[in-house]
Amino acid sequence: MLELIIFSTLNGLLYGMLLFLLASGLTLIFSMMGVLNFAHASFYMLGAYFGYQISRYVGYWPGLVLAPLLVGVIGALVERFGLRTVHKHGHVAELLFTFGLAFIIEELVQMIWGKVPVDYRIPEALNFSAFTLFTTTYPAFRMFMLLMSVAVFIGLLLLLTRTRVGLIIRAALTHPNMVGALGHNVPLVFMMVFGVGCALAALAGVIAGPALVTQPSMAASLGPILFVVVVVGGLGSLPGAFIASLLIGLVQTFAVALNVSVADVLAPLGVTLTRDSFGGDLWMATVAQVAPIIPYLLLVLVLIFRPKGLMGDRDT
Amino acid sequence: MNILTTWRRWSLAAAVCLTAFGAQAQIKIAYIDPLSGGGATIGEHGLKHIQYLVEQVNAKGGAINGQKLEVVAYDNKGSPQESLVQVQKAIDAGVRFITQGNGSGAAIAISEFVSKFNERNPGKEVLYFNYAAVDPALTNEKCSYWHFRWDANSDIKMAALTNFMKDKPEIKKVYIIGQDYSFGHAVRGAANAMLKQKRPDVQVVGDELHPLLKITDFAPYIAKIKASGADSVITGNWGNDMSLLLKAAADAGLQVNWYTYYAGGAGGPTAIKQTGLDHRVYQISEWHTNVPSPEMEAFADSFLKKYGGSSGQGWWYLRMKNEIDMFVEALNKAKSADPKKVATALQDMKFKNILGAEVFMRPADHSLFQDMYISSFGSGTKHDEEKTGWGWKTVGLIKAQDTVIPTTCKMVVPS
Repeated sequence: MLELIIFSTLNGLLYGMLLFLLASGLTLIFSMMGVLNFAHASFYMLGAYFGYQISRYVGYWPGLVLAPLLVGVIGALVERFGLRTVHKHGHVAELLFTFGLAFIIEELVQMIWGKVPVDYRIPEALNFSAFTLFTTTYPAFRMFMLLMSVAVFIGLLLLLTRTRVGLIIRAALTHPNMVGALGHNVPLVFMMVFGVGCALAALAGVIAGPALVTQPSMAASLGPILFVVVVVGGLGSLPGAFIASLLIGLVQTFAVALNVSVADVLAPLGVTLTRDSFGGDLWMATVAQVAPIIPYLLLVLVLIFRPKGLMGDRDT
Repeated sequence: MNILTTWRRWSLAAAVCLTAFGAQAQIKIAYIDPLSGGGATIGEHGLKHIQYLVEQVNAKGGAINGQKLEVVAYDNKGSPQESLVQVQKAIDAGVRFITQGNGSGAAIAISEFVSKFNERNPGKEVLYFNYAAVDPALTNEKCSYWHFRWDANSDIKMAALTNFMKDKPEIKKVYIIGQDYSFGHAVRGAANAMLKQKRPDVQVVGDELHPLLKITDFAPYIAKIKASGADSVITGNWGNDMSLLLKAAADAGLQVNWYTYYAGGAGGPTAIKQTGLDHRVYQISEWHTNVPSPEMEAFADSFLKKYGGSSGQGWWYLRMKNEIDMFVEALNKAKSADPKKVATALQDMKFKNILGAEVFMRPADHSLFQDMYISSFGSGTKHDEEKTGWGWKTVGLIKAQDTVIPTTCKMVVPS
């Protein structure tokens, strides 16, 4: 049992930290520009594919640096020549723009790399077990994923709270006009934030790609969860996104371990429910079986009872 | 626009049509399987199989006095709904023979669609050849005259596996994990019922269903299997759900015996090698590369050479070879590519396959009965898989007549 708890916690933290790498950029971009970037997970996918391509020529490690940089530049260009132009027509146009972009990126990836998952390998240097606890081994690459994302989190925190750049970004979040009046180039700040957000997503792609299958559907399967993280954490709140990421990571992992169903809960109360009762499988489905939809349940509940999210300061 | 240019356009269009459809293959087979998403790896692998088979048939002069076969691939993304869209597309393109195998959900949808279509379009019948979807419903309550299956159904496979497990006293705790759809439900149901009957002392410590072809990280499930204390796992998983499950088991160092239907599918052997479980992963199938048969071994070798690629994924579906061989035989026997006549020729066909073994189609439910092999994967075999150095070794053989189980199908033979 203890073994299950420890490893579920590790797996949950890992998944949560990966979510945070993506959600941090998404939430920053949203709070600055008011755009919910539907294509954000696509940049994550691009990161994984770029990393894969680079790793085929020069190995994994250069890809870890180059892929996020490349994707960051692409992100900045998208902001400069796409979003900024569309911005004139309002938020709905921007939203639709990113929505379309997500499909275009997916189609491009399929055309270039094919529809079948690519063989993105874990680097040889990390292809061993980091430690054995009880009788379960934990792969070194997962440990690396966890440490990498923690490092990025700390770096981001320091950048935003301890540097001048962070000061300007935080000011631009709430008072863009004032920051502009003080002589700062606010559009440039926006472009940089968008680029860095995309680069962070790409970094998540490079570290998750080898472990979690690099395939064209990876963006579409992760995208919706990101919105849950951002809404639950509170739109625009970085600490909120952090807490929500870990929460959802842990909830999803632990839910898999639970075999309790509604019928089991009601059985001691004298209520007997079977597959043939009204509602059928609803009563018999275990928590493990419904694990994938639990985050969305959370999303719905948060929107009803706490529209600000956990740490947000404005309504969704 | 004057008449001349219009006329020119029409003639041009007609010429294009002729070169596109006319001069080439006369008998088209639509291959409808996942070519994107979680099932893509095995879908692509199957496509290579059928392409190779058709090349072989055509090289030998085709069927019915030299008519050539042609494969047209359609991507159903592994979904039943999308399958129907693709079937309709294939029918619109003039295809009369459809083959599909990955996913019983899709298979049931296609079978029902084809039955309805044939009822409404007499004279334009379509046949559905199923090479791998093994939900027993397809040849029982949902059977159809237009559906033919070349694989043993899930109940037959589970009966064989549990008979094998019966004589292994070291099995004490079993974990059942499967995909959450019709086939996964069929496997778990059969596994529970048969274990209870054959080995009442065995404890089922887990009975798990997970979303179909959506999971990319099985670590949480492996942690759960580990915590249950199971010594054996039974699973009907296929595609990425099999290879990623094994990969996660390898990562966590899970030491159990695996009783599987499809561990040999594309990507599976590589993952087993990673687990280091030497001859502890079992598979029930109609063939594996180390079944002694010079002719089949040569055939598999030549496929590996041509289509193996860098991953070294070799031949896997003998059932697909049986399917195409019997299809050609039926075409020749019927002397016609009319699906109705082909169906008549197929429905009670007895055939000697490339292994020299007798296989037969049962008219009562259109399912093929053939010898089934239980094999284990590990070191010291003649042929290996995916360049791992490990291969399959026969540990049990069930003769075709011993796999026959009754059917509840009430076959409606169209007049």
